[in-house]
Amino acid sequence: MGFGPVAPEPNEPVFHGEWEKRALGVTLSCGAFGAWTIDESRHARESLHPADYYASSYYEIWIKALETLLERHGFVSAAERDAGRSLGDSATPKRVLKAADVAAVLAKGGPCDRSVATPARFGPGDRVRAKNIHPAGHTRLPRYARGKTGVIDAVREGFVFPDTNAHGRGENPQWVYTVLFDGRDIWGEGGDPTLSVSIDAWESYLEPA
Amino acid sequence: MSHDHDHDHDHDHDRDHDHDHDHDNHLDPMAARVRALETILTEKGLVDPAAIDAIVDTYQHKVGPRNGAKVVAKAWADPQFADWLKRDATAAIASLGFSGRQGEHMQAVFNTPNQHNLIVCTLCSCYPWSVLGLPPVWYKAPPYRSRAVADPRGVLEEFGLRLSDETRIRVWDSTAELRYLVVPMRPEGTDGMDEDRLAGLVTRDSMIGTALAGQPA
Repeated sequence: MGFGPVAPEPNEPVFHGEWEKRALGVTLSCGAFGAWTIDESRHARESLHPADYYASSYYEIWIKALETLLERHGFVSAAERDAGRSLGDSATPKRVLKAADVAAVLAKGGPCDRSVATPARFGPGDRVRAKNIHPAGHTRLPRYARGKTGVIDAVREGFVFPDTNAHGRGENPQWVYTVLFDGRDIWGEGGDPTLSVSIDAWESYLEPA
Repeated sequence: MSHDHDHDHDHDHDRDHDHDHDHDNHLDPMAARVRALETILTEKGLVDPAAIDAIVDTYQHKVGPRNGAKVVAKAWADPQFADWLKRDATAAIASLGFSGRQGEHMQAVFNTPNQHNLIVCTLCSCYPWSVLGLPPVWYKAPPYRSRAVADPRGVLEEFGLRLSDETRIRVWDSTAELRYLVVPMRPEGTDGMDEDRLAGLVTRDSMIGTALAGQPA
């Protein structure tokens, strides 16, 4: 298939080079500004030109997306990146992550569970179809599942809805379900008959089948 | 990055500038790009280089697959814990001190003689940092992300794992904020081993599903 074999690296180091360490730390530090959400970050990454995205390592993707986010939110301009230095004032973050706070911030994480006012629409065992939708913005419904029918394997929790949250349109929490598909319903008659695939889907991605 | 000239500085930010300039001319483009960003952000007071050091130290030395191995070993040794892990993985894992970023909402999935579990994030690189640390490069790269859901047997063979034709394979695509930990089957010949020794058999890949647990020596 298109991308070729997986290439596991024996005894892979945590980082391949010093710059990856700084890329991780800068990305997490800027995330702590509170200026954007994890959903907006993901959308910035997947919005790279496909040729650029597929030619980039994941830390490269992170940094390219971070440059976009820092520019969009008024922290670092393109001119400053070109100059390699600060050229003046910038936006004020809600927080600057200091070394003394790192352990507590990482230990806290960013839980996305929220209460949902309405009861869950689907229950375990219900047959559902993933909608055949193609949103212009961010979504977490993978293309291979769209239009496919599966079964509710588990009702999870209310989670922040990435499709709106990524674009500053609010958290709008929805129930999330684990939906189980037969591999052949996704991949067709040549598919592995022993395979099943599940996704975690927000309620509005699904319709009764 | 095959050609990495970037050395492990102490980041004392007190380096000789002539040397630094000369050095920068040899940085590969990404290293230069990241350094520029860090420099600008530090000048603006938006980033604390010592905080970056602390983040790196956390994932290089403190949070990694040894965490997950302890969870699995305890589940093998303690049926009550295994039951808790099945019902409420987030709480059970937190009881061992592992929680936080990219482990806020955990699910543990147990391999059985009939079913093998495999974890992927086809959409990006979601991975249970709190128990496995940072993901390996292959987990974040297109071949694994595209093929794990479509041809898991082919992918597993590239890891040297051949499952029986009868074994069912369940692939969990981490499309929301749930993070999955595979609990591999306990190997034969490990009766009476304590949790520390059991944990030594639990590899990172066995907790992603691209390997089985190791065999006792």
